[in-house]
Amino acid sequence: MRAFVIAVFGFLYLPIALVVLFSFNAGRNASEIVGFSFRWYGTALSNPFLVEALQNTLIVASTSAVLAAVFGTSAALGLARVGPRTRAVFDALFGAAIVVPGVVIGIATLVALVALFAAVNPLLASAWPGPNPPRLGLGYSSIIAAHGLFSMALVTMIVRARLGSLSRDLVEASSDLYATPLTTFRSIVLPQIFPAILAGLLLAFTFSFDDFIIAFFVAGAQTTLPIYIFASIRRGVTPEINAIATIVLIASVAMVLVAQALLRRRS
Amino acid sequence: MATATARRTLVTTLLLAPATAWLVVFLVLPFIAVIVFSVGLRAPEGGYQAAFTLAQYANLGARSTAFWNTMVLAPAGALACLLVAYPVAYYLALRVSPRRRLILLALVVIPFWTSLLMRTYAWMYILGARGIPAFLDLIGIPDVRLLNTPGSVMLGIVYGYLPLMILPIYVSLERLDRRLLEASADLGATPVSTFLGVTLPLSLPGVMTGISLVTILLLGEYLIPTLLGGGKVFFIGNALVDLFLQSRNWPFGSAIAVTLVVASVLVLLVANRVTARISGARQVDLI
Repeated sequence: MRAFVIAVFGFLYLPIALVVLFSFNAGRNASEIVGFSFRWYGTALSNPFLVEALQNTLIVASTSAVLAAVFGTSAALGLARVGPRTRAVFDALFGAAIVVPGVVIGIATLVALVALFAAVNPLLASAWPGPNPPRLGLGYSSIIAAHGLFSMALVTMIVRARLGSLSRDLVEASSDLYATPLTTFRSIVLPQIFPAILAGLLLAFTFSFDDFIIAFFVAGAQTTLPIYIFASIRRGVTPEINAIATIVLIASVAMVLVAQALLRRRS
Repeated sequence: MATATARRTLVTTLLLAPATAWLVVFLVLPFIAVIVFSVGLRAPEGGYQAAFTLAQYANLGARSTAFWNTMVLAPAGALACLLVAYPVAYYLALRVSPRRRLILLALVVIPFWTSLLMRTYAWMYILGARGIPAFLDLIGIPDVRLLNTPGSVMLGIVYGYLPLMILPIYVSLERLDRRLLEASADLGATPVSTFLGVTLPLSLPGVMTGISLVTILLLGEYLIPTLLGGGKVFFIGNALVDLFLQSRNWPFGSAIAVTLVVASVLVLLVANRVTARISGARQVDLI
């Protein structure tokens, strides 16, 4: 069994190792190692399309993760104060946001937004005094909205788990000592749930950063990094893509490790 | 007292308001929109034209290949995942010291948190003409084609979803009461009959969680069949991308999306029913 487990770990890491290895390959060829070089990292980072895609992805991932952390935490706190029936409704909706396949989330968001734009844009045009009325369209905000949905569900789940294990004695002691609810929250509850919020934020960021399929539907003319990588792969894998994939790999592993450490830390 | 209750209600409402708004605007309304679109017609220039017809649903057979591939390969992929995952989960939960367990567990989770896109395209390398086939050619086995076959898609599925299968099984095995194993051995059971009579049945909730989770995610899979199936092994996800982004037949795509969601819900319900039957009411958390 030991041998089998070792083989499975090899299976899990061999492809990742190959991508990293070939990102340092001096040659262009994907089948032989010519020498060690950082040149593909240089090529990748001086490719304006790639850099723009990376910037877009960072904007989308950080905005949706921060929104999800704020609203998700607020929802988790709210859900601790409501009855079982309300909680069940929210549980079902959050569950749906996580379980419904990304393709469907992407499609639903696309269909709803296009219907909305079709209704709103003529109104905007007729109400606009100047010659160039603003037009709502797909782009950053639609990706942020769609990513924020499952990210928020994720944050709510993690923060609620943490709230469940929070020691009630401290909260009661605090209010016995005449602290206002807000003071109790700021000095007792928030410090205890903060690691969970941060972990949720980092995981949400990673999820959004990696998502291809939802963004593919709702990005409109914007390009995110996964969309760019996908398009490049279909034209043929290049060492440049290996370099950018390696950078992304290291960044997301670092982020997940930090999130894990935050979740494990017991106060 | 009444004002205190009123204030409490107000605070609760304010706390829940943003999430509610988000869920309604970006989940509930979009789903209603998809259902409405699915009973409409394709506009001549593409997109949607208002109507009330079940023609789109009657036409689902036009994409039967995609449905067929998904309905066969998703559960088959989940089962293949299970066969590889179970020994690993068992080893991690019952055969490794707690210190090493954490490290090995992290090693299982890390690939899951790295881009599926990147991990999948690595296999395009390995299975592609310059990878294993070139090596086989070198040792005298020419003309092997590995990429763009159902087999390569299955491999990609097992690779991509393995961590998601290992974790729930690991959790249920790790929570298992070790005294039961000792009791079984004390009563003279062989290791095999202890496994079959005690360990395996108690881990079934985790197995069910893993299978339903992986199957549901696979129902909507797009990247793996696209990259490793080369457009020959079509899933429902591929049909949806094609209908929405290329042929712009939104009503038909919406009908397929609705069918997909219904299928996912059915998988979940069946899985819950089976889990409840085999385990009483034991729950397995994923996070």
